[in-house]
Amino acid sequence: MIEDIELETLINDVYEYYGFDFSSYSRASLKRRVNRVMHLDGFVHFHEFLSKVRYDQEYYKRMVDEITVNVTEMFRDPAFYNIVRKEILPLLGTKPFIRLWHAGCSTGEEVYSMAIMLKEAGLLHKSLIYATDINATVLETAKKGIFPLRMMKEYSENYRDAGGLEDFSSYYIANYGIAKFNDELAEKMVFSQHNLVSDTSFNEFDMILCRNVLIYFDNNLQKRVINLFDESLALLGFLALGTKETIKYSIGMHKYKQLDKEKIWRKIK
Amino acid sequence: MEENKVTISNCKVLIIGGSAGSLNALMQILPDLHNINGFAIVIVLHRKSTDDQTLEELIVLKSNIEVKTVEDKAPLLAGYIYVAPSNYHLLFEKNETLSLDISEKINYSRPSIDVSFESAAEIYGNSLVGILLSGSNTDGTYGLKAIKAAGGKIAVQNPLSADMPFMPNNAILNADPDFILTNEEILTFISEINT
Repeated sequence: MIEDIELETLINDVYEYYGFDFSSYSRASLKRRVNRVMHLDGFVHFHEFLSKVRYDQEYYKRMVDEITVNVTEMFRDPAFYNIVRKEILPLLGTKPFIRLWHAGCSTGEEVYSMAIMLKEAGLLHKSLIYATDINATVLETAKKGIFPLRMMKEYSENYRDAGGLEDFSSYYIANYGIAKFNDELAEKMVFSQHNLVSDTSFNEFDMILCRNVLIYFDNNLQKRVINLFDESLALLGFLALGTKETIKYSIGMHKYKQLDKEKIWRKIK
Repeated sequence: MEENKVTISNCKVLIIGGSAGSLNALMQILPDLHNINGFAIVIVLHRKSTDDQTLEELIVLKSNIEVKTVEDKAPLLAGYIYVAPSNYHLLFEKNETLSLDISEKINYSRPSIDVSFESAAEIYGNSLVGILLSGSNTDGTYGLKAIKAAGGKIAVQNPLSADMPFMPNNAILNADPDFILTNEEILTFISEINT
């Protein structure tokens, strides 16, 4: 493992040279990620790695892509999607137009999951999903809607566990090891780069999903982001986080009502 | 066993890792554990990614010590048991909170025992004790070495009393454990920490 002081030097230099601020990222995870990319790329000494990051912008970009975690899956935590299908979508369906924001969408698997559910609820035609991530590379993948075919068995099981009744394979075309999801789903998605650390609110939404992103932030940054979501959420809108994330350390709970034990909160004030 | 006599007095965290067969061991140990003296127990077990709550519920059922649900940035407090949630790596922060990470599986596992052991070793150093239980892969050995290198004490379940001896055997061969303990000895070992 690299030393604490080395990690702080890297954070400082990245901010100084590129303006990107990792200073409010959770250190335990960040340290592991930096360590991982260093070894992946064959650096033995930290100072060599640091000077490569400083003076090679392309390498800096690679490092950021590798540090930011991009692990995701379709219908991750099927029980969560089941609740959204049964309890949230019927409420959203009463609106003439539904705006959703998927913050930190990574390669888009959960965005396509949501689009599938909206379609099955008969709501996709009047919905728009804004899907953002800090990482431009993953957004390119998300836009294409192309995922590895070998994942489809697991995803179709997740889909069934999430209450899906259709033939999951009808949503994509399989070819040469890839699954290309139907364009009809992507038509209702808008992808753009957005940095939760420094960017501001850009619209008002009926539902904001940000799943397993806040775990990488320290408590101060979590507060900032939860407030950003609060500003961006319509009254009676829903905020959905990852299954082990909570808003309770970040915002006064009187403004929000939690759905049972789910990590879904409704803005009531 | 004279060499297994416990002299651990500054423990803040006891971290227990295990895979196949380890739940059996825990179910024998936990019901008879009535008191822990000034440290927290963190349990990291391999399990199916879809098993969200059942392991924790089982431990709550069998344990006399209160189990606190792990949420991101929850404070790690002495006197409680914490169970690593499925499908996340469990990490430790300097301000003695827990944090989570969904990055790649390590040793085909998330949670990975190595990841949690190594992270705990960084934060708790010589006030950490690690125990590795039954299992049939190599996860945990590297983590035990990290704990030992940081000044902590490490114990391994006696392979003869483990359902799956591969994991403890691998640790014995490669991590030079301070203690090798049967289930009954593990119970005594934990009860005598900080006494």
